[in-house]
Amino acid sequence: MKFMFLAMLAALFMTSFASAQATSVQEVLQSQRELIEKSSRRTIGPAIDAISESGLPQMQTVLEAWQSKNMWQRKEDGLFFLGAKNEDGTYALSDFEDGAAVGDFEKKALKQLKPNSGIRAMIATALVQFQLSDPDPRKRAEALSSISRDPEAALLAPLRASIDGEKHTVIKARKVRLERLMTMAYDENITARVAAIDEMAGDLGVDFRATLNPILTTTAVFSEADETPDANIARELIPGDEALSRVAAYDRLVAAELAPTLITKDMRDAALEANIDGGRVGSWPVAQLSTEGARDEAYDALVAEGLADPRVTEDDVSESLAAYRFYEAYTEPSVDVTTAAKAALAKSEARVAVSQAADLGLDALSLASIYFLAAIGLAITFGVMGVINMAHGEFIMMGAYTGYVVQLFIPNHTASILVAVPLAFAVTFAAGVLLERLVIRWLYHRPLETLLATFGVSIALQQLAKNIFGTQARPLTAPSWLDGAWMINDVVSISYIRIAIFILALIFLALFLFIMKRTRLGLETRAVTQNPRMAASMGINPDRVNMLTFGLGSGIAGIAGVAIGLFAKVTSEMGGDYIVQSFMTVVVGGVGNIWGTLAGAAMIGGFQKGVEWLNPSNTLAAQTYMIIFIIIFIQFRPRGIIALKGRAAGD
Amino acid sequence: MSTLLEVSGVSVSFDGFRAINNLSFQIGDAELRAVIGPNGAGKTTFMDIVTGKTKPDEGHIIWGSMSRSLIGMSEAKIARAGIGRKFQKPTVFEEQTVQENLLMALRKDRGPLAVLFFKPSKPDLERVAELAEEIGLTDALMRVSGELSHGQKQWLEIGMLLAQEPRLLLVDEPAAGMTPAEREKTTAILVEAAKTRAVVVVEHDMEFVRRLNCKVTVLHEGAVLAEGTLDHVTKNQDVIDVYLGR
Amino acid sequence: MERSFIARNPSVLVFLAILALFTLVVTVFAEGFGVGLISTSFVKTLGKTLCLCLIAVAMDLIWGYAGILSLGHFAFFGLGGYMVGMWLMYERTKQIVESSLSEGILPPTPEEIEAAIGNQIFGVVGSNEFPVIWAFADSFVLQMAFVVLVPGLLALVFGWLAFRSRVTGVYLSILTQAMTLGLSLYLFQNASGLRGNNGLSGLQNLPGVTAPQSVVSLWFFWASALALGVGYLLVAWVVSGKFGSVIRGIRDNEARVRFLGYSVESYKLAVFTLTACIAGIAGALYYPQAGIINPAEVAPIASIYLAVWVAIGGRGRLYGAVIGTAFVSLVSSWFTGGQAPNVNLGFYTIKWVDWWLILLGLSFVLVTLYAPKGMGGLVDLITRKKGSDI
Repeated sequence: MKFMFLAMLAALFMTSFASAQATSVQEVLQSQRELIEKSSRRTIGPAIDAISESGLPQMQTVLEAWQSKNMWQRKEDGLFFLGAKNEDGTYALSDFEDGAAVGDFEKKALKQLKPNSGIRAMIATALVQFQLSDPDPRKRAEALSSISRDPEAALLAPLRASIDGEKHTVIKARKVRLERLMTMAYDENITARVAAIDEMAGDLGVDFRATLNPILTTTAVFSEADETPDANIARELIPGDEALSRVAAYDRLVAAELAPTLITKDMRDAALEANIDGGRVGSWPVAQLSTEGARDEAYDALVAEGLADPRVTEDDVSESLAAYRFYEAYTEPSVDVTTAAKAALAKSEARVAVSQAADLGLDALSLASIYFLAAIGLAITFGVMGVINMAHGEFIMMGAYTGYVVQLFIPNHTASILVAVPLAFAVTFAAGVLLERLVIRWLYHRPLETLLATFGVSIALQQLAKNIFGTQARPLTAPSWLDGAWMINDVVSISYIRIAIFILALIFLALFLFIMKRTRLGLETRAVTQNPRMAASMGINPDRVNMLTFGLGSGIAGIAGVAIGLFAKVTSEMGGDYIVQSFMTVVVGGVGNIWGTLAGAAMIGGFQKGVEWLNPSNTLAAQTYMIIFIIIFIQFRPRGIIALKGRAAGD
Repeated sequence: MSTLLEVSGVSVSFDGFRAINNLSFQIGDAELRAVIGPNGAGKTTFMDIVTGKTKPDEGHIIWGSMSRSLIGMSEAKIARAGIGRKFQKPTVFEEQTVQENLLMALRKDRGPLAVLFFKPSKPDLERVAELAEEIGLTDALMRVSGELSHGQKQWLEIGMLLAQEPRLLLVDEPAAGMTPAEREKTTAILVEAAKTRAVVVVEHDMEFVRRLNCKVTVLHEGAVLAEGTLDHVTKNQDVIDVYLGR
Repeated sequence: MERSFIARNPSVLVFLAILALFTLVVTVFAEGFGVGLISTSFVKTLGKTLCLCLIAVAMDLIWGYAGILSLGHFAFFGLGGYMVGMWLMYERTKQIVESSLSEGILPPTPEEIEAAIGNQIFGVVGSNEFPVIWAFADSFVLQMAFVVLVPGLLALVFGWLAFRSRVTGVYLSILTQAMTLGLSLYLFQNASGLRGNNGLSGLQNLPGVTAPQSVVSLWFFWASALALGVGYLLVAWVVSGKFGSVIRGIRDNEARVRFLGYSVESYKLAVFTLTACIAGIAGALYYPQAGIINPAEVAPIASIYLAVWVAIGGRGRLYGAVIGTAFVSLVSSWFTGGQAPNVNLGFYTIKWVDWWLILLGLSFVLVTLYAPKGMGGLVDLITRKKGSDI
């Protein structure tokens, strides 16, 4: 397919340019015939150069055919053609010049050119200049990507040559950037390299840092103590430092055959084993060689008898090391370049650090939104009503599974989410009301028993979900417009789904405040919370208020479940992942205050991300530290960040 | 008469509301004192501060002949220093017998280890019997205290306070919900107790206060409004204004 | 003292007699003694159940008597198991390593043995060095002391922090749950030095013992029965006297106890730490019978089940905790072990493996709602006694 396309392209070129050319394709190829036939990586260079520098547009086709082993030579006259296999096993040859069919030939009349991988790589390099000017912008972009993946010095010239003719602004920008990067790495002119590095210093791009890093790679070198090595020295290393242990330094000397090998324990033991004679090594019975000290002494005895190499003592090592100085040297010979690169990298890294901090802040914010979402339902049932509901996590799970089931019936993801959110609210609202009516209302003012009973419910619900949906994770797919991420720069990015969750958290905060402060239900809830008997005497039905409030808290948990399910896996155990954190959020924030919950979520999210940042490989540790932190935090603010005081706090 | 407890310039506020405002109060050894005041005058908060439950924002609380400051001490420490407190609602340990309740209150080493190896000695049991007689619960010694009547529970609690042998007794509305006969007896117990120690009674009921026949301190908006005999303070125009409304 | 204590609490004597009888019967019918009516694996199950009963007694002390609903006592149980597991695994590996190294030409040096043990134990987490916490793994005496000291110390530090800031009620429950969650997450890391999620294994093998498992299982069964008996007696004694009065007072009205002059925090801390130590001992006996311990054992759910057992048995009385634990954990292993017959309803087959937890969860709700005294309440019906003592 690709070949067909190229052939057509070649034909296109032919009509426009061929007539203007002085030489023909075949002439160029025949002039290099010997080299091409020899097909050796060492000698092929001039042939490829001749082809690519001929200026003939058809040469792209030639090179591509050659590279993909589609170039054939006719044995009778040694001419080269583009070949394609027919169904009957013969090969249809066509002329490179104009794409005209030459005819079908038996395989034995032809010779296939099979360049080895080294030659193919060289051809690929030669092809780049054609691809960089290919009329198809996609191919040009592809060529650029392939160069940046695997840059080499030879590609710099064709890249530069292609910049002026580039019309496509985006591709042109990429070409210019890549040209700068490759100038840094490969230009022969030191000044040009330094200029390019200075120009881009502080750039945030990963490619920039990736270009600088190889320039700054170092190798270990050493010289005799009174000499300075002929190299671009990065720094001197003192054996015994962190960067170079004494053993490593000594090993370098050994490798250079400047010092005798250390006798390792294995070598010592091997020597001992080799010299066992009648159950003894020298005067030592084998059975006594069960300590390091005994083995050392036995070995020394062997040395004394000349049966083993003498051991290198610590003093010997010191002496050898003192005779030499050790350095780290840049592989890049130019001092100017490495100095500029170092400065530029430092500048970039400083900026990267700032961006990473911003990125971390965003991460923490989105984690805080998740905790807030998970906890806000709890803030209502626990914070406002004082009812502890351990099945809260299972309500989150129920919401997520509702979303999953809706997606089974409504394949359109946007529509299904729009249906799932109110449905999840309805389902968990109903479940909450049911739980309140059947269990919780009998246990008001017995918080520990409420905790236990709702635990029973939690166990049962979890197992029920397992029985219905199985143990493996179920997908809840986000609509495609939530895919991807908002890239602020090369370092800072945040996925749309997390932005959506952040917005959702804000909406819930507003909703909560609205319900509590502006609606009849909120007023009645607050009245019942503060003084149920007084509220009852004023015509409020506390039963109804409790039921609705509990339903509301549960319903919000359901919606949170849909949101959480969009980015985390939906399993029967997902509730358990959030329940402890949710309670922590409410407790740390201060019970009975939504702003406290918000602050608690922010603090826990921020702290957890902070620890993860300090120790990125270990998210489990972050949670352990978070829990320790919370325990200590409670020492200082036992009633949470935003605490109620005095009589309102109760006892 | 030396000063046992001296509260001076104490203030405390909850979220901006000043529950106690520059309050000063003194009581000597073996004195009976009634503290009265309308709702929200700060009577309970005053007791909370003295017993260490609430920390004052400012002011001093000086205790005993050694003039120790009570501020910053834990409730348990203050109790061990000799201040006993009776709550408004009778609070006894309802699942335990009267004897167990009294034994627990008896003045003894309160450290966990000492308590673990504690075995009631003969004098201990005698003291418990003595106390039971004082509060009229001799027959109920082995009964679970949850079965007692409201008044009996009040007395048991007072008995527990006496078992602590405190030098100052703070009693919050002891007569609430009692029959006239029970009130009579309560009065007698308190008057008797005040012979050997200081007793502060917070009360609403003027009739009960009159029967106690002692010095009265009137609290209003967290500060002392008037002090003196009941007849004296009831003639005070400020007190009349506060009680009858302006 | 002791005599009057037993005399005042006849139920303690009854319990100890039943326990002794039970131990005797199991011993006689066990495989290890030839009769073979009770399989070795069932002896182990029974032994483990006794250990669970012991921690349940501790749970009853802290929850039923002192009113502190700890949802973290399995953390102490697990730590006890880890402490004994370290010694067992070290010594066992040492034996294997020594016998394999002795086949070499030179007799092994202590350093070689140490390195080989390290490689054997920690190879699975990509290390071969002994973490610091294994420093005393070769000392039986010290590791056994750690069984009590490590859980006790954790309880002391955690309890001191929690109680002094007056965290009570559900807050404390959640905090203890967070504690065990934190511990479990910590142990899940390879860097914890306790083999991450692999845990410690092969604990059923006693180093230097050639007796078959059928006999070893009996030894552990006896040890568990003895520990339960002693633990029960100890806890019964603690709650019978004035100390019991005080902690029950704390449960019913913390403030009142405080105003009586008792330092409530010290009492809570003492009870919390004591029960943690008992839990550690129970764990140390449990895991050699289970053969393996891993961080999942200290996950929060385990401690919740503990509360469930005690609640179903009837809290505030020690035999209730034992009955509840024995009953629920044995029934639970019967149902989840696939031994219970499935119920075919024609349109749906109830597989108990799947439905047992739902049954347990719901019956727990029902017990909380309608039978707060649990199964122990049945004893009241029989003896017509008001059940507030032991």
